[in-house]
Amino acid sequence: MTPAAPAIESRATASDQNASHDVLKGAIIYLEGITVSFDGFRALDELDLRIERGELRCIIGPNGAGKSTMMDVITGKTRPDSGLALFDRGTDLFSMSEPEIAMAGIGRKFQKPSVFENLSVAENLELAMRANRGVWSNLFAKMSKEQSDHRDSVLETIGLTAARAMRAGAISHGQKQWLEIGMLLMQEPKVLLVDEPVAGMTHQETERTAELLTSLAGDHTVVVVEHDMEFVRSLARRVTVLHEGRVLAEGNMDFVQNDPRVVEVYLGV
Amino acid sequence: MVPRQVLRIGWALVLLLVALASSSVPARAVSSDLEPLVGKLSERSLSTKAQTIREIAEVGSAEAKALLETLLAGQVYYRKDDRRVVLVEEQDSAFAIRDAFSGEALGQAEKRSLKRVVINNSIRGFLRGAIARLSLRAEDPDDRLHAVESLYDELTPDTVELLKSRLVEETDDEVQDAIRVALALAALDSADPAERAAAAQRLAESMDQVVHVRLSALVREQDGDPDASVRAAAQSALREIDQNRSLYSVVETLFFGLSLGSVYVLAAIGLAITFGVMGVINMAHGELMMLGAYTTWVVQQALPDRLEQSIFFAIPAAFLVSALVGVAIERGVVRFLYGRPLETLLATFGVSLFLQQAVRSIFSPLNRAVSTPEWMSGQYVVNDALAFTYNRLYIILFASVVFAFLVVILRYTTLGLQIRAVSQDRNMARAMGIKSARIDSATFGLGAGVAGLAGVALSQLTNVGPNLGQSHIVDSFMVVVFGGVGNLWGTLVAGLTLGVSNKLLEPLTGAVLAKIIVLVFIVLFIQRRPRGLFPPRGRSAEA
Amino acid sequence: MPRPSFISRLERPDRVVYGALIVIAGMAALLNLVVPEGSAFHMSTFTVTLLGKYACFAMLALSVDLVWGYCGILTLGHGAFFALGGYAMGMHLMRQIGERGVYGNPELPDFMVFLDWQELPWYWWGFSSFPFAMAMVLVVPGLLAFVFGWFAFRSRVNGVYLSIITQAMTYALLLAFFRNEMGFGGNNGLTDFKDLLGFSLQTDGMRVVLLVTSLLALGGAYAICRAVTRSRFGRVVVAIRDAENRSRFLGYRVEHFKVWAFVLSALIAGVAGALYVPQVGIINPGEFAPLNSIELVVWVAIGGRGTLYGAMAGALLVNFSKTYFTGALPDAWLFVLGGLFILGTLFLPRGVVGVFTKEKE
Repeated sequence: MTPAAPAIESRATASDQNASHDVLKGAIIYLEGITVSFDGFRALDELDLRIERGELRCIIGPNGAGKSTMMDVITGKTRPDSGLALFDRGTDLFSMSEPEIAMAGIGRKFQKPSVFENLSVAENLELAMRANRGVWSNLFAKMSKEQSDHRDSVLETIGLTAARAMRAGAISHGQKQWLEIGMLLMQEPKVLLVDEPVAGMTHQETERTAELLTSLAGDHTVVVVEHDMEFVRSLARRVTVLHEGRVLAEGNMDFVQNDPRVVEVYLGV
Repeated sequence: MVPRQVLRIGWALVLLLVALASSSVPARAVSSDLEPLVGKLSERSLSTKAQTIREIAEVGSAEAKALLETLLAGQVYYRKDDRRVVLVEEQDSAFAIRDAFSGEALGQAEKRSLKRVVINNSIRGFLRGAIARLSLRAEDPDDRLHAVESLYDELTPDTVELLKSRLVEETDDEVQDAIRVALALAALDSADPAERAAAAQRLAESMDQVVHVRLSALVREQDGDPDASVRAAAQSALREIDQNRSLYSVVETLFFGLSLGSVYVLAAIGLAITFGVMGVINMAHGELMMLGAYTTWVVQQALPDRLEQSIFFAIPAAFLVSALVGVAIERGVVRFLYGRPLETLLATFGVSLFLQQAVRSIFSPLNRAVSTPEWMSGQYVVNDALAFTYNRLYIILFASVVFAFLVVILRYTTLGLQIRAVSQDRNMARAMGIKSARIDSATFGLGAGVAGLAGVALSQLTNVGPNLGQSHIVDSFMVVVFGGVGNLWGTLVAGLTLGVSNKLLEPLTGAVLAKIIVLVFIVLFIQRRPRGLFPPRGRSAEA
Repeated sequence: MPRPSFISRLERPDRVVYGALIVIAGMAALLNLVVPEGSAFHMSTFTVTLLGKYACFAMLALSVDLVWGYCGILTLGHGAFFALGGYAMGMHLMRQIGERGVYGNPELPDFMVFLDWQELPWYWWGFSSFPFAMAMVLVVPGLLAFVFGWFAFRSRVNGVYLSIITQAMTYALLLAFFRNEMGFGGNNGLTDFKDLLGFSLQTDGMRVVLLVTSLLALGGAYAICRAVTRSRFGRVVVAIRDAENRSRFLGYRVEHFKVWAFVLSALIAGVAGALYVPQVGIINPGEFAPLNSIELVVWVAIGGRGTLYGAMAGALLVNFSKTYFTGALPDAWLFVLGGLFILGTLFLPRGVVGVFTKEKE
């Protein structure tokens, strides 16, 4: 929480938890009227968004459409000027710090792969593992059999079993992207926010990533922010188009692609 | 380009000062009328003597006045053998004598060989009045003011009359005010309580120490004024005076604070440039100031005959020396460490140790005293409660000029534009064809040069020694961090704020504790607002 | 065979470190106390004390490496914790002087008598008790580190800003301890110590005991630092150093980890200071000087940060050269130190030990 952040007009308080629960109606993330401005520039402008439980949602939009800012808002990195953000069973996201949001079940993969370069692949996963985050418990922590099995299975899923002892700084770019997804999985989050997962990947790696994300949906809710249209099409789920901090269109890929406003924004026709 | 501008400004100032100095050489006024009169003082007849003295008073020159004063003090004698009139200074058993007219020393004389020019009470009274009258007619308003103020203690009816008549002719406001104060002081002795009370009221405007003493005496319980209304008037006048005094002392504290703040700003602003533009912490900044101070000393040694003007040569020289060393540091060390601020901090600290020891080896570890030019010493006196020392005034002026100079460079020159571009977005600036490496050197050189200028200022305030830089570096960092990195105005506000708050605290807590409090305040402040008073804003600030 | 298995469980650097400490302790005891003074193999008491000082410095370097090397917090004020530990010990030693001071006042230390103080200030109470003083050696630096770190890390003061406010912290303490009114002996500090736990500080035997204690403490501190950095806590701390925001999104309360690492480090520095004071026989405000704190960062940088043993090696290397140069070529010392800073950061980013160990891939 940035100390200088402006006070937030949060509309959700403890007394209207029930009301907000009604608002959610099965959605896992609910944003309403979110506005964020930097020096007068509105990065998000009264944004409304619903993400259903278990869905795989793609969010696309041109540069500066507010995709990253939206992720920042959900993960608590940026505090909006106004708006309401609810999660899961009506938790008010704006009353929580970044670690609290992470522990509540929202995991994020950054645009630039950010793994802990000086730790090994396995250690990276270990740190991401769902476990007590306290200082003392970490001082004396030992992995249980169950936990190390889970780690090994995630290593398997992301195809990094062979590289487990390597320094994370030394593996390839695509492997880092997977390691990050693996770290997300270790967190066992309810929602995975994935920012441009296939940037800089080879064609093959991209295909495998698509498979991986598709297989994760259902158990988890997956939100993917992506530029690569081909990749989004291969995921073939519900797509939201952001433009100038608002939702421009929402629907399946074909529907969205034929929307004249979307065409205009993307092609400038 | 930079030092040439400074040099030009320096020369303009030199010429101005030379012109001023030559116009104010006093021409020695010789009054030939005085000579025969001096001789007549040896006449024994008191009436002749009185006549002579009257005539001397009419000559009215400064020499005449001085002679009257020595007469009054009883130091005018004549030699018994040749009746020559002499001035006498007592030295043990003998007298040292000088000619009363020319002031020529005539060696020593035995007491027996001399006879004092005797005067009686009526002549004495006449002398007092005449001297005051003469002083009151002096050409320089300052002298007149001084004469009036010297009369505060001896307000005889004669002098009061004299002052009243003078008040009509007097043209200078300040002297007029002083005369009014004198008249009011005299009126305090009036028999009429109403007049005394009115006089006490009128004195409320004055800041003079004598007035304060007199009024305080009036309000005393036992031996104060017998009349209650006078005591009340005096009391209220005193209250007003005390209020004014505390106001003036606040003004003075602010002035001290501003001058200390100016030193802070000078010391920190170069650091703010390098830190802000390049994200580089230059721990050798203090030593660059030290180099500037040593340059001032060297220039002064090289120009022993031009003590008054040497500082104008020192300013561009210090800028150049420090700037060159700065560029060398940037090219030799800092350039290899961009993007690693903590390493830069350590490496430049190494440079600072190097420079310190180099100075120690070259100039010896002892402090060097840089002498202050005449025109920078002394003070501008507003009244008894308030005076501004010139060296502090010049520091404030100098800091303002340096600050303006930097603002102009950064805002209106191509170099400034490029510096700002690089500081905002290095890659973008590079894409626009700006040679960022060269801008880095220039920026570092500019910051270092300004440190040199700060060194010139410091050389006028403290001793110049190898530790000069170290003692200022922590303060400079505090100012930069407090102001918000890379913001010149932030540095200005922060420096002045810290200077003033330091000086405001000092009377309450003592100097050291004041400094500790300010440090602790900054530490707490940074914890509240980690990016200072004026933080860099927007997305780039997140990085 | 329990012993060999214990040793074989240790990694190589650990074996070298513990081995060296044991050898130094044994040699000092043997060569100073057993070998007669005239012999070529006799170790002078001066050397014993010098080794003791080095041991304290090595401990201090360990504490800096813990926060800088592992946690990425470049502290320029760690000398403050060292000095505070030293003052706590110094206060105890002052109380031990009792009536043997110059003024012979049973209640007040000499400097208080000199300043015409009438009674012992409250914060000196209890320091005549050894256990209390030892507790203060830990509590005072620990508490300062906790309060300072808690506020700084919670507000996310980072990088050079943090470095500068740590420097401000030690500078403020320097100014404060210079004041006579503080009741810590002002400019002169605390000195003229007589004995500790009833043993005179001037005897050879006591010097050796102090050296061995310092080596034990150094070994203990090293063991603790090793354990901590190899725990998951250690990995979290490295993760924070490399990608603070990322760690936060994983749910780690970065400020908690940082503050505890900072506190642990301050405790080690405090103990080092406490062991240093009886060996050099004085503690004065000079120990708070910002220059000292920066210098000890150089020890770590030169030795190689993030390895622990590198920090210790750096402390020894720099201090040995300091002893040598200030004796042989006093004018050259600052050139050497300055040169070490510059060349070290430019050419040895991983320090001296980095030259000997290959980069782990």
